[in-house]
Amino acid sequence: MDAVYDWFRVLYDETGINLPFLYDSYDRNRMFQGFLTTIWLSLVCLFFSVIIGVIGAWLQGSSFKWTRRIVNGYIQIFRNTPPLVQLYFFYFAIGTILPRVENDWGGQSPILGSFAWAAISLSFFAGAFNVEIFRSGIEAVPKSTVEAAEALGFTRVQIYRDITLPLAFRVVLPALNNNLVNLVKTTTLAYAIAVPEMLYEANQIWSDNVNVTEMMIFMLLAYFFLVGILVSGMNRWERAMKIPGYG
Amino acid sequence: MSWTPADPMVSIRDVHKSFGDLEVLKGVSLDVMKGDVICIIGPSGSGKSTLIRCVNALNDIQSGSILVEGLEVNDPKLDKLKLRKRVGMVFQQYNLFPHKTALQNVMMAPVRVLKQDKAAAEESARALIKKVRLEGKENSYPGELSGGQQQRVAIARSLAMKPDVMLFDEVTAALDPETVGEVLQTIKDLAEDGMTCILVTHEMGFAREVADRIYFTDGGVIVEQGPPATFFKEAKDPRTKEFLSQIL
Repeated sequence: MDAVYDWFRVLYDETGINLPFLYDSYDRNRMFQGFLTTIWLSLVCLFFSVIIGVIGAWLQGSSFKWTRRIVNGYIQIFRNTPPLVQLYFFYFAIGTILPRVENDWGGQSPILGSFAWAAISLSFFAGAFNVEIFRSGIEAVPKSTVEAAEALGFTRVQIYRDITLPLAFRVVLPALNNNLVNLVKTTTLAYAIAVPEMLYEANQIWSDNVNVTEMMIFMLLAYFFLVGILVSGMNRWERAMKIPGYG
Repeated sequence: MSWTPADPMVSIRDVHKSFGDLEVLKGVSLDVMKGDVICIIGPSGSGKSTLIRCVNALNDIQSGSILVEGLEVNDPKLDKLKLRKRVGMVFQQYNLFPHKTALQNVMMAPVRVLKQDKAAAEESARALIKKVRLEGKENSYPGELSGGQQQRVAIARSLAMKPDVMLFDEVTAALDPETVGEVLQTIKDLAEDGMTCILVTHEMGFAREVADRIYFTDGGVIVEQGPPATFFKEAKDPRTKEFLSQIL
């Protein structure tokens, strides 16, 4: 590995192409931590946004008018406002009215840090779209299939879990795929509230090294490959879920 | 007043049912005793399917009463699970769960609804699949089976719940002619085993062969009824005569 690192140092010396996150151990560590933070933030948001989508779509089918209204209100608010504004709203508006707790050094710190707020905000943002995506899938499940399950004595929860959701899932995978790809890209907004994710760390590095061009090219490629891995994983999943002789 | 096996298994009394302004059932009454096989025939839109869907509460009714082994179907406090354990239903479009194999389709309700042990449920599911003559198709998905095969899986799926009454809603209407016979044979086997069956059908030959009684519905009422021997030969009502002349 050291030979590779040295090669990039030589590259810098010879050509002026400066990639310190490859030859400098301190920058390398920063970049790597940023990468891990991006992955971790993405996974947390993917998980919770899908959960929100599944539960929200279930609540939309509720027989209580107010339950449906609340879910629809949630979707409208999060779909009709920019995610950056949402992030600021959570972090600066909600974050500052919450109680503070004593930290390890005896000072006062907010009960939730920037990472937690980014996770909450982005999960709700992507979750709002996921509710609509899952609803479209649920509507695509034939009523007669649900009726057959009813006639067999399945409860509403069992029908949703065993019949509707598995069938809806297959219908919505392409749309879900799209939204989750967008979500991973949107994690870069967490930069705005100083979550040390990849873009934030890149900014730190280019501030110290004045190599904005190189860092920007690298960021573009890094996200291209990161999202590419997600997409190929989702495509593989789509194929694995295919039912023989169906659709 | 508790139900005894000497009472009708299904007792339908003066049932009225409307969809919006359209009154589909205008006072239908009929009794089905244990072991009876009855066929309901009649023109499209005469309310036959609606009637049997009311028996297992897939449709609600506006007035009248439907008792299944003494259980009032029209009771708002009805425990639907209790009703649906007793009543099995097979649909025109089979309505199998497309993401489950034939075996899983049959096992699913006993495991989920009756909380049966998985191994025991699988054993009885395999026996049922054998009974409907689909051995070797256990691991096929519905999409890989013909219409007739799917319909037989659907029958096995209903039987897995060990119902006391089976409802068949035009179960051969969507099938290719060459697969109708295998499904009818399966139902005939069931009838011979003593299963109480209510069928909505257009298969007159089949009705004549297996039914204990035939009911002819038109315009939301039962126009005429009787055992097949007399029903087909001695229909009295002009509407029945006209229908039979068209279909036979």
